[in-house]
Order: sequence, then C-alpha cells, then structure tokens
Amino acid sequence: MDDLINDFIAECREMIDTLGGEIVAWEAAPQDRERLDAIFRFVHTIKGNCGFFDLPRLKALSHAAEDALAAVRSGKRVADHQLVSAVLAIIDRISELVQALETGETLASEDDSPLIEALTAAKPEENGAQGQSAAAHGRTAVRTIRLPVDLLDRMMSGVSDLVLARNELARRLRESSAGVEVEAVFERVSATIAEMRDAITRTRMQRIDNLFSPLPRMVRDLAAETGKQVVLDIDGGDVELDREMIEMIRDPLTHIVRNAIDHGIERASEREAAGKPAAGRLAVCARQAGNQILIEICDDGRGIDGDALVRKAIASGVLAEKRSERLSTAQKTALIFEPGLSTAAEVTAISGRGVGMDVVRANIERIGGIVDVDSKPGEGVRLTLRVPMTLTIIPALTVSAGGANYAIPRSAIEEIVRARGESVRIEWVGGTGIATIRGRRVPLVSLADVLGSEQKEDVEQSLILLKPTGADVYALAVDAVHDHEELVVKPASPAVMAAGLYAGTTLADDGKPVLLLDPPGIAASAGVVLERDDRDRQEETADKAVQRGTPSLLFRTMQGAKSLLPLSAIERIEDVAADSIKLSGGRLHVAVGEAILPLEGCGATPPEHGLRILRLTDGSAQIAYGFAEVVDIVTPDAEVRPVSAPGEVRGVTLIDGEQVEIIDLHWLFAAHAADPSRSGEQPVCLLPHGDPWMDNILRPIVESAGYRVVRSGEPGAADADVAIVSDGAEAPASGIARILRLRSDIAPAGKKDDSIHRYDRAALLGALGASGRGKA
Amino acid sequence: MSNLLLIVCLAGERVALPADEVEAVVEIEGITPVPRSADHVAGLTALRSRVLTVIDCAASLQAGAPATVTRDAVVVVADGHPYALLVDGVEDVVEAGGEARAVRTSLSGGWRRVTRGTVDAQGDLLLLIDPGALIAGPEAKAA
Repeated sequence: MDDLINDFIAECREMIDTLGGEIVAWEAAPQDRERLDAIFRFVHTIKGNCGFFDLPRLKALSHAAEDALAAVRSGKRVADHQLVSAVLAIIDRISELVQALETGETLASEDDSPLIEALTAAKPEENGAQGQSAAAHGRTAVRTIRLPVDLLDRMMSGVSDLVLARNELARRLRESSAGVEVEAVFERVSATIAEMRDAITRTRMQRIDNLFSPLPRMVRDLAAETGKQVVLDIDGGDVELDREMIEMIRDPLTHIVRNAIDHGIERASEREAAGKPAAGRLAVCARQAGNQILIEICDDGRGIDGDALVRKAIASGVLAEKRSERLSTAQKTALIFEPGLSTAAEVTAISGRGVGMDVVRANIERIGGIVDVDSKPGEGVRLTLRVPMTLTIIPALTVSAGGANYAIPRSAIEEIVRARGESVRIEWVGGTGIATIRGRRVPLVSLADVLGSEQKEDVEQSLILLKPTGADVYALAVDAVHDHEELVVKPASPAVMAAGLYAGTTLADDGKPVLLLDPPGIAASAGVVLERDDRDRQEETADKAVQRGTPSLLFRTMQGAKSLLPLSAIERIEDVAADSIKLSGGRLHVAVGEAILPLEGCGATPPEHGLRILRLTDGSAQIAYGFAEVVDIVTPDAEVRPVSAPGEVRGVTLIDGEQVEIIDLHWLFAAHAADPSRSGEQPVCLLPHGDPWMDNILRPIVESAGYRVVRSGEPGAADADVAIVSDGAEAPASGIARILRLRSDIAPAGKKDDSIHRYDRAALLGALGASGRGKA
Repeated sequence: MSNLLLIVCLAGERVALPADEVEAVVEIEGITPVPRSADHVAGLTALRSRVLTVIDCAASLQAGAPATVTRDAVVVVADGHPYALLVDGVEDVVEAGGEARAVRTSLSGGWRRVTRGTVDAQGDLLLLIDPGALIAGPEAKAA
C-alpha cells in the first residue's frame, strides 16, 4: 500500500507541476475548453485515486471542484472570476495536502469547508467538513526514484554504442594480433558489456502483471462501494511490455475497470431479473498477437446504451441531429470516446462524468495504439486495447534473402524446415509455389521475389512456416536462417512503412540496421491465395508416444545421444541460466519465469553452465528437459524397436540410417506425476538406517522415482509402500507392501533369487515404478 | 528563431537548408537497402544506435542526374523519425540576410515542390529547401 501511496503522491506532484501553466492560462481565458478539460481531468483523477486510498479530505475537495467544473463543461454554469478563484484555491489546497502526505507532516488543521462553500455557493448539498486528514499519520514517506524513460533510452543507446565500439575493437584486435593478455582483458570487457546490455534492456521491460496486480483490490473495493458482486478474472500476466507502455496503459485501464463496474455491471437483483448470474464477471486478459499486444477488458453487464449516447451528444452539441440519424450501432457506441459524454444517469464518486473514455483513447493513441469497443446491449462490453509492439523487445529470427538480412518476429513462426528435406515437396503451378510439408499443403512465397531482389540459385533454401494474425499459414522461402535474437524494435519511418512489408527497424549486433518483416504484409504483397489448410489436424497429446509419422524434434541430449520427442509435447524451447537450476529433494529443478519445473535430461548434478531446455507438457503438468542442440524436425517412418526395461528411452528407430532414441514421455511424466511439491499422496519407501550407500547413492534414485523416503521409526515407516534392504539384512516389520532386496553380486544367487543388483538402475526403477503405480 | 542557413550542394545546385531544422551533418557508413520502398528512399543507416532513413535527394527531386557517390548527409528529424538526406556536399553555415521571399520565377518540376522561397546568403541568392518535402518525395511515389 505504501508503494501505491507513494506512486499516487508522485503522480499528483507531476500533475500539479504540469498543471501550473494550465491554471494560469485558464484564469486568463476561462472559456478555453481545452484548459478546462485538463483541469477537470486532474481533479477527476485525484478524486478517483482518493476514493481508493481513503483520503476523505482530498476526496471532498476534488469532488467539489469536479462538480463545479462539470457544471461548467455542460454549460450549466459560467466560469466567472469567482469560480476560477475558488477552483484555484482548491487546487492549492490539494497541493498542500499532497505535500503534507509526502512529508508525513500534519497540515495545520484548517477547515476545507470555506473553500468548498466558496465553490458550491449555489449547491449546499456538498458537505466538505471532513476534519481529519489521512495525512496525519506521522510517518516519514519513503521516497521512490522515478526515472524518466528518456534516461533509460539514453542508457540503452549508450550501451548499443558500446557494443558497436567493442565490435570495432574486436576487428582491430584480430588484425593486429595482440597478445593473449590483451585478448583476455578484452574478453572480460566484452562480457561485461553484454551483461550490461542485457540488464538495461530488461530495465525497460515489465511483466504486465505490474499493471494487473492492483486490480483485484480495486475491483473488490469498487464492488463493495457500489453494492455489486463482481468476479475478476485475470489472464496473461506474463506478457512483457515496455515500461513506458505499461505506464501509459495504467490510467486507461483503471478508468475502464471503474466504468465497467460502476456502469456496466448491474446490481445482483437486476442481474437475476435478467437471467444472469448474480455476480458480474469482469475479465482482463493480455496476449501478444503478432505485432501487437492486446489487452481485453470484458464485462457481462448491461452494455452501452448507444441511443442514450446519441441523445447526450446532441444535447451537448457534439453531434448534429441530422448526422445522428445516419450513425451505425458501432458509431453510436464509439461516441463514448467523445469528451463530456456519459450514459450514467447519476454522477457517483467513482465515475460517470464522461471523463475517462476520452482520456483513455487519448492515452492509447499517443502510444500508437487503438481502442476498440464492442457492446451488446444486455450482454456486456468488450474493450480491446491494441498496443503496438514497437518500442517493445521481441524475440526474432534473423534470416537472409537476396544478400540482405531481415528479422521475423518469432511469434508468427510455426516451424522451420529445409527446402530439400525429405518431408518437403515444392511444386510450381502457374507461377505460384506450393509447398507440401508432411502432407500439408501451404502457399509458398519466396522472400527474395517479394523484395524484388535477385534469387540466388545455388543456395539451399529454408522454408519458414508463418502463421500471421488473422491469416492462414504460408511458407516463406529464405536463403539462410541465422540466429535467434532479442531485438529492440523501433518504429520505421513512414517512407519505409509505405512499402507495406515491414513492421519496424532494429539494430543487429554488428550495428547495422535490420528491417523487421511484417508477415501479414508479405502475404498480402505476394498475393498468395490462402488455401485451406488441408492437413487434418490431429489432436496429439503427450500420452501418445512417438508413432510412425508423428512430427518429432530430433535433438542431441546432454549425453550426446540423438533423441526424438513428439513436437506436440514440446511447448517451447528456452535458455536457462546455470543459477536458475537447483538440486532440491534429490532432483534438479529449474526456475523458468515464475514456474519451477522438474529438470530432466541432465542426470542429478546441476550443470555448470546455462543450458537450453525443452518445455514438455502433457496438457497439465510441465517438465523441463535439458538438451545440447536441436538437430532437425523429422517425421520418423522406420520401425520402432522398443527397449525392454522401462526408462527414459522407450525405443530406438532409424533416421537417415542412424539410430535414434525415442524418449518415453509416459515414463517422464509418470516419474513426475508424484512430484513431492505437488502431490501429497506419493508412495513411501523405507530405507534402512546408517547405510551410506543407500543414503548417498540410492536415495536420489528412489526419490526421483517419486517416492518419499523414510527411515525405520519415522512416521509412515510402518506402512511404507516399499522397503529396500541389502541382501542378507533383516527384513523390516510386516505391514509393508513390498520388499526389494538389493545384492552386491551381478549374478543372482539362484533361480529363486528375486533380488536386484544394486547398480541395475533400470530394474530398480522398474520395480519401484511397479510398486508406486501399484498403489496408484 | 535563428536565421542560420546550412549551405549544401544538391543535384548540382547550391541551396540553403534552415539550420535550426538540421540536427547534424554526418558521413554515412554503409546503407542497408529497403526493397520495395519508394525510389528516393536509399535505405537505412545506423547513427549512434539510431536507425536513420536515408533519402536520396537527387531522386526525390527527380533531378535526372545520376546519384553521385556521396557519403555526406544532413540529419533532420521529421515527425519524430530521424532521416539522413544525402547531399553532394556541405559547404558552410551562414547567417541569412533577411527573411525568405517567394520565388518569382518558375522552377523546374522537382525544385518547385521542395522550395520554400529564396534567401539571401551573404550576397548569393539561394533556394531555401524544405527538408520535409525532400523526405516526402515525388507525390506519385510517396502515395
């Protein structure tokens, strides 16, 4: 809460600072509508925030000022000198109160009511005599640092310059063949610069969570205040947005949520009468869609009354009566963005003065975004904020065509295949290319053709399957695929955007400008006839292990073996740092974002370096699988030879004449189904006391199989699911479902010997697995 | 407003640019072409980690003269986007002798579009060029 108060104070101070000029100008020309609007917005914002923070004195002041200004805006009152003075006096008092709030001092207990009375001489209903200010808390305010984004930009460009200088230096060093020591120092400088660049890039990015986190509280308070029931649903908090964007969206989002609860969602009785659940639903979600970040705010309230808006618009002179007859429903709804219009029948402390939506639109448009409103009377309103991804950092793939490099946003890429791969067939029909990739036919576009550059004949092209927003999949042929990079995308100049093929510009690591391609623009420019995707989309789940013909990822494991995993089970590939991997509970875990995933594929010792992981999913659970490198995407069609012992490898198949292991997803997920962190019902394994081999070597294996390990005498020991004892040792007391005996000799002692060799991992895990599953 | 003029050589003519609209004079180091853009868009270049759109002024003027191999460019910012205008050469910054005057004679095609007027630059009468118009390029192609 302290943080929020500090933000509020900082925001107020900023607004008061900028408002200074406006007030003076307004005093000189009280008829100036623009100035009036600016001051009105200020008191409106203060009022809104005060309600949130429980600052009754500020609230009373701002509410009174707002009332008076609203009257002026609607033409009911004239902004005479007396009114202007009164408003100014109130703004001064607000400024004093904010100051007091910041320093924690008690403001000389003055009565605000004379000020308010001066303003509302004609409206005695205003009762502003709220004695005690919330400022009187007597604690010293903690100051936060607010950095101008400009400064971050300068840091960013400074670091980019550093990178360029470093590259130049690297070139010179290579030419001059300086000594090893110089190079070692240079390496260090180089690494530091890379780290700085990374850090500064990150200072600009924020998870949109920051924007969403105050919402639950706000919704709760607003709902309580309005006596409504509201369920809030938030989704997509891990979408990342430029810090500046977040700041610009904060106010609009607050306004929209307020409006939705105050005007959109009806009271419980009204809702029930209309056949809706008593509690209104407000959903806020964010997602990245191609070149844009979409933030949707949906409520299931009464919707916007377009006709009421039209009446208001005509009454206030915004809209000519004649024109109103020709308006479509959507145009009527869009009137909500006009300044000074509101459908609210009554003015409340929360909203309803028609301010807000015009501010919302102004703020979003200032960052190059769009606000869409979609209202269905009786069903609710869906507001969509579309914010451009420019200024944001996006993961992109760099490719080249016609001798130049380009970047493609990763979000639009479905898959990359080699043009001469076995599963790809390219046909030219009447000048148009069609690529058949594993039986799926998609239009083929050559990037070099689209760009009008010369096609190199002798290169082996790669096909990039693109799935642009709102369009069908197509394949883009490029000469080479280079690298995956995080790029800071900047808007391109209109002269460049006019080509219709680009989404922005960026700087590559070598300091050269690179154009970011716009996948929908390319499709449109190439005039591809988007055919129906005629491959039957199979619902593939991870339960189905690799079968013949399932598209699979061929990769090299950490141990160097080539292995296969079905593509459908792979959610994404990520790089993780070494310090995000920890050994806990006898098992490696990796922190990815906010999730901690069990890490497979790396044995049981944390790797010394960062590594790449595959995020595998079975639909609900997730597992990270460390690997060395991606080899290819293949569709195995050779016979699968199963391996007998259950384990990580399910079978072996041939790909290009080479043996490849097929990872057993079932086994992987089964081993983690009883993840101690998630499941309380994991099987229990009893180990004997004081056997270092059991403790140090066996225990991790047992735990990795999903068991909780207990010692004799500990709780749960008496009815453990399985007990492991060394051959010849005393078997523990009865009540244990199964006893596994481990022997030191490789060969069994005799036919009746059902013990397991202590290093026969597969058999051991097999037996443990059987016991564990036997229970489940 | 300062009345300084930047005298540059453009398509064989000495012309003046308003110095207060010019951010810098630079030497361009390599241009990344922008395929399928208008003819007068020479490409992109990086300047201190900013991406500039390079404008071929000769093409923008449709001067017909083949673009000379030039590296000199004038950096201007229009609508928040930085541009580098390729010029044949940069001469000097001088103080204007009075306000710009309307052009009395009829100028040839491209020049008419980009000229704001004539100015007196230390005794010489020069055309005062509007950088924005150079960036916009020939209307037909900019559209």
